[in-house]
Amino acid sequence: MTMMPLVDLAHARSGDKGDTANVGVIVYETEHYDLLREALTVERVKEHFGELVKGSVERFELPNLHALNFLLHGALDGGGTVSLMNDAQGKVFSTALLRMEIDVPDEVASKMRGRGRAP
Amino acid sequence: MAEGKIVRIAGGQGFWGDDLEAPVRQVEQGPIDYLMLDYLAEVTMSIMQKQRARDPGAGFARDFVPLMERLFPAIVEKSIRIVTNAGGVNPRGCAEAVVEAGRAAGVEGRASVGMVTGDDLMDRLDSLLSEGHELRNMDTDEPLSTIRDRVQSANAYIGAAPILGALVKGADVIVTGRSTDTALTYAPMMHEFGWSADDYDRVAAGVVAGHINECGAQCTGGNCLIDWWTVPDLDRVGFPIIEAHRNGEFVVTKHDGTGGRVTRATVSEQIVYEMGDPTNYITPDVIADFTTIQLTDAGDDRVRVHGVRGKPATEFLKVSIAYSDGYKAVGTLTYAWPDAAAKARRAAQVLRERLDRLGLEFDDIRTELVGWDSTHGFLAGEPPADLPEVQLRIGVRGHDRAAVERFTREIAPLILTGPPSVTGFAGGRPRTQEIMAYWPALIRREAVEPNLSVEVLPV
Repeated sequence: MTMMPLVDLAHARSGDKGDTANVGVIVYETEHYDLLREALTVERVKEHFGELVKGSVERFELPNLHALNFLLHGALDGGGTVSLMNDAQGKVFSTALLRMEIDVPDEVASKMRGRGRAP
Repeated sequence: MAEGKIVRIAGGQGFWGDDLEAPVRQVEQGPIDYLMLDYLAEVTMSIMQKQRARDPGAGFARDFVPLMERLFPAIVEKSIRIVTNAGGVNPRGCAEAVVEAGRAAGVEGRASVGMVTGDDLMDRLDSLLSEGHELRNMDTDEPLSTIRDRVQSANAYIGAAPILGALVKGADVIVTGRSTDTALTYAPMMHEFGWSADDYDRVAAGVVAGHINECGAQCTGGNCLIDWWTVPDLDRVGFPIIEAHRNGEFVVTKHDGTGGRVTRATVSEQIVYEMGDPTNYITPDVIADFTTIQLTDAGDDRVRVHGVRGKPATEFLKVSIAYSDGYKAVGTLTYAWPDAAAKARRAAQVLRERLDRLGLEFDDIRTELVGWDSTHGFLAGEPPADLPEVQLRIGVRGHDRAAVERFTREIAPLILTGPPSVTGFAGGRPRTQEIMAYWPALIRREAVEPNLSVEVLPV
């Protein structure tokens, strides 16, 4: 097994609903969906964001899109118009999650390394 | 793909502030039957409310009026109908301005404007509360009575019914207030195909089409992370077009020859945007199950969407309430190499000490370094000493307006009295903003729906 940043295994988009940010994570290759499900547990994602997420983390599965959706409660300093954050609407929590390092089989790492980065 | 009639519903705006030329390109660059323009977000309603408070004639997406002056001749000629929530907190003011725009555009007597009202609950708020509608905050469960005296606007999210009413009455342009973003797309589908309100799967398919369509180019290559460096011609990006079929299937595409890209991946990114529980995507008309969505490649820049399942809507409508919740201000200064981040942090520390000495109290003070940690926080790690530059961004929030005002006068002094190598203050003092906070609530639908009304104004 090898550690690899999630950014090379999946792409993502995030948005807001009040003080909650959502991050939808979609694998590049459908055969990596189970890997994603196993690596991105609620506990692991909560730990990754640490102080950036004040409330709980919820996870939902979209096997049809080979995607997971996370709700990060209390992530936006009150949300929308209240927040003092530069990213008050949680637009870039997506790539913040993709910083996470996950353990993958060596052949996955050698195939995917660099996939998520501009050449 | 099913045979037969195809209805093309184009998306032309994803928010108030989107590409002003996109709706014009959608009308001019290929065939469409409907143009859907979504102007509203949680934040937008609060902004419009502030504008209406200053000027009773304001409170809608003003850009929509000159846009309609440009579009009227073409949409009358091509029989394209426009559905929009540009009305914001003042749909009547918006619709009347659009009628004037039609006259200025020379289509007098040849077009009409449908106006949907009744989503605005502000004038009825006290009677609703006294009737036992508590309008508890969906996040905190507090009843609205705790902030009643600070409420500035209250609008119910409404569904397809009044838009359908306006379509049946023949309106060419339909202006609503707080219609859901998705209803602007699926109401025309229900109208064209005669889907009944209890045809849950097809209406849910329409909701999915609406969700894909509602953010403009965000499903056609804009703000798209996958392979972003290869997305072609974003300078003339094609906005989405939904090719809808009677059985509920549809194709997501864009006009030929436009920039951007439509693939299963670009559509998937939009589907997960602002998503909650995907098995329960709640709208006023149906609950859609986004885990039933099937995406299939259907040629270049064409994605077929099928398989969507839905179930009956709830007894409630969501209500968007804006209320005054204090003041905030954010100031910035730029620090240069060497030790840029250390200088910026020292400046923030000096500023905080001065605010303390002045006896100013705030609910929150926030320091971020733009160029280092303002997007990913501590995940960015510690900044290196050779960072070429960084922008200090410091903000305060509180209920004492005078304290926030004084803060805005404490940024500039740092230029001559704080750490060195500082610039980037040409914008002057930061502005104090009144905070319009968002209070999401639910209300029984029978408290709202009988009050919805459709009027059609001739141009």
